[in-house]
Amino acid sequence: MERRRQPKTGAEMQQMRKKRNLVLVGVIAGLVVLFYVLTLVKVGGAA
Amino acid sequence: MAVTSNQQLISDTDGLFEPSVADFWSLLKPRVMSLVIFTGFAGMYVAPGALHPLVFAISLFAIAAGAGASGAINQWYDRDIDAVMTRTKTRPIPAGVMAPAEALTMGLVISALSVLLLGLAANWLAAGLLAFTIFFYAVVYTVWLKRSTPQNIVIGGAAGALPPVIGWAAVAGSLSIEPLLLFAIIFMWTPPHFWALALVKNDDYKAANIPMLPVVAGSLETRRQIVIYAVLLAPLAVVPSFIGMASVGYGVIAAIAGLLFVAMSLQLFKTGDHKHSMRLFAFSILYLFLLFLGLIIDHAVLGYLMGAA
Repeated sequence: MERRRQPKTGAEMQQMRKKRNLVLVGVIAGLVVLFYVLTLVKVGGAA
Repeated sequence: MAVTSNQQLISDTDGLFEPSVADFWSLLKPRVMSLVIFTGFAGMYVAPGALHPLVFAISLFAIAAGAGASGAINQWYDRDIDAVMTRTKTRPIPAGVMAPAEALTMGLVISALSVLLLGLAANWLAAGLLAFTIFFYAVVYTVWLKRSTPQNIVIGGAAGALPPVIGWAAVAGSLSIEPLLLFAIIFMWTPPHFWALALVKNDDYKAANIPMLPVVAGSLETRRQIVIYAVLLAPLAVVPSFIGMASVGYGVIAAIAGLLFVAMSLQLFKTGDHKHSMRLFAFSILYLFLLFLGLIIDHAVLGYLMGAA
C-alpha cells in the first residue's frame, strides 16, 4: 500500500490546506481567463 | 478536526487525514483521462472542418475534464468495493483521506463546467454527447451495470468509446459513419482489454462481489469470449482504409496489429496463465494507441500531400 504524505502537526496540516487553497484559486482564476479568452475568440469570429 | 494547536501532534490512530492536491488529482483517474485525450484528439483531428487552435484546445480540455469528473463520481459510488480490492484500496476515499461528499461535489461541479465549456467553445451537439457520456459512465455503468451483470464492461464500454465521437462532433458539428466506426473499434476493443486484466484480478473482483465474466463464467469462457471479440475487432479496425477514411498504409498496420492481437488471444486461450493475460492486456493498450496514432499520422500526411498537390 502506497505511503501518503500526511501532516504530523497542526502547522503541517495548515500548510497543506494553504497549498490546496492556492491551487484552487489558481484553477478558478484559470477558468476565468479561459472563459474570457474563449469569449474574445468567439466574438472575434475566429472560430 | 482534532487539532487544537499548531504544534499538537496528530495521532495516526485518529483516522484523520488531509487530502492533498495529488489526492484530488488522482480522483480524476489521470491514466483514463490520458486515453480519453488521445482518442478524443484523434476524433477531432480527423474530422472534417476546422476550429481555431485555442477553441480546439479548450474543447479537448473540456472532454478530458468531463471524463475526469465521471471518474470522481465513479470513485464516490464505488468506495465500498474499492476498499475491498487491492488494486483500488489506496484511492483517496477508501484510504480515508477524503470525505465521500468532497469527491461527489468535485465530480458534479466539474461535470457541469465541462459540458458548459464544450457547449460554448464548440457546439451543443458535442456538449450533449459529453453529458450523455458522463451520465452513461457514472450512472448506467457504475450504479447499474457494474454490480449486476457480467456484460458490465461490454455495455459500459460505450462510455469509453464515445470520446472520439464527441471530438468529431466538436469539430464537424454533425455525426457520420466515420465517428461511429471509431466508436465501434473502441467498443469492440474494451471487452478483451478488460477481461485480460480481470482474469488476473479475479480474486479481487470475487472478494468485492463484482460479477465480472471470469468470476461468473470462469476462465475458459472468458478466454473464449476474448478470442471472439479479438476476431471481430481485427477486421473492423481495417475498415477505415476501405471507406476513404485512411490510406492503405494504415490498413496494413491495422491488419498486422490485428493479427497479432488475435494470435495473442489464441495463445491466452490455450495457456490460460497470468503471464499471457498481462501480455495481452499490455498489447491491447499498444494496439489501440497504434490504431489511433496511425489515423492521426495518416490524416496529417494525406493533408500535407493534398496541400502540396
